[in-house]
Amino acid sequence: MSIQALIDELYLEPVYGLSQQEKDQKILPIINALTLKHEECCEAYGNILKVRNDSSRIADNIADVPFLPVRLFKTNLLSSVRESEQLKVLTSSGTTGQQVSRIVLDKDTSVYQTKTVVKIMQHFLGKDRLPMLIIDHPNVVKNRQSFSARGAGILGMSNFGRSHTYILNDDDMGIDWEKLVSFLEKYSGGPVLLFGFTFMVWKYLIQALEKTGRRINIPNGILIHSGGWKKLVEEAVDNETFKSRLKAATGINKVHNFYGMVEQVGSIFVECEHGHLHAPIFSDVIIRNPLDWSEMPANEQGLVQVVSCLPLSYPGHSLLTEDLGVLLGEDDCPCGKKGRYFSVSGRLPKSEARGCSDTFQENRP
Amino acid sequence: MNNNELLTGAFSEALVIDKSQVTNELQYNSIKEWDSVAHMSLVAALEETFDIMLDTDDIIDMSSVLKAKEILAKYDVKF
Repeated sequence: MSIQALIDELYLEPVYGLSQQEKDQKILPIINALTLKHEECCEAYGNILKVRNDSSRIADNIADVPFLPVRLFKTNLLSSVRESEQLKVLTSSGTTGQQVSRIVLDKDTSVYQTKTVVKIMQHFLGKDRLPMLIIDHPNVVKNRQSFSARGAGILGMSNFGRSHTYILNDDDMGIDWEKLVSFLEKYSGGPVLLFGFTFMVWKYLIQALEKTGRRINIPNGILIHSGGWKKLVEEAVDNETFKSRLKAATGINKVHNFYGMVEQVGSIFVECEHGHLHAPIFSDVIIRNPLDWSEMPANEQGLVQVVSCLPLSYPGHSLLTEDLGVLLGEDDCPCGKKGRYFSVSGRLPKSEARGCSDTFQENRP
Repeated sequence: MNNNELLTGAFSEALVIDKSQVTNELQYNSIKEWDSVAHMSLVAALEETFDIMLDTDDIIDMSSVLKAKEILAKYDVKF
């Protein structure tokens, strides 16, 4: 069977319904097939595999699959497709002076990415598209030829909304009150989807509301946010604080953070109502010892490795990130989702600030 | 205007392409005018034109003009 046929089968399964063991049996053949495919089609990846001590390409379990450091995508354009098959090149959200990752997508990978994000988000949002507030300014999606990761993230989420309304001003990132008020007059009685990058939501929605003393009320709002906690950690704001201040300023009860990165398309790990990030059927997570890269047991902090069945066009199916995290358990989260769940606690010291929401540069005088 | 003409008009306006380009075979991402941004405008245009509400599955499945017709048929829009 082709890799595509195997991936297609995943969409027939419940996103969070398989036990870790059942899921491993489903995804391991795909992951192994991807290792072989990329070895054949991406010379640089093949060369990396050659210098490993381990000559086997078929791993017996997910933890034995070779992994690349995510940083490699900053220094090298790793592609497994011909240039004519490249649909687009995604770039990460680097700030000035930082190198950005470049990720090559072909048509299949791009379609899988969209489909996967939809499958996962439907679990939390349902199938109906909700009126949607975007906590960002409209310019972020203006240049269609080269989206930033932030723009791409917003567009991806836009599939879940209707009447998309960007509530920040282009020039000063202040709230566009006129727009916001007329949106709320129309929609705030029913369910409303809000999306933004974590730091933008914190600074330009929550703090901005607190400063003006104006409160809005969206009791049926669902906030989805992502992009990294680094800047908030610097301000000593944790997830609990974020949620309680959001609720006080907006009345929003339902909040789902998600963890993901441009280097691994489709791998999004969404927070459940208990604050745990969950691995969907399409991806998995392993926590490694930062000193010797051995697999860490549950409840001990280590480096997060992410595994995904979807990267067909570039060798990004198994990546060691620079994020620190903790495996919290397997198949037994009180929310009922099966598979692994974990938390991300920060970034490896010395790594760059690179989350989508971490790279917004304030204008300096 | 019949539904075919309405559909062609919605595609042509949302994607900013000539009506002659709107054929059953036209596929998402096959021309630069039909990218993910334009897709959102297209969805909004179809919803307004035919007074329907598409769900997230419909949006993802709408990979060609022909596919759009199939999806609209679910909402009793006949071609």
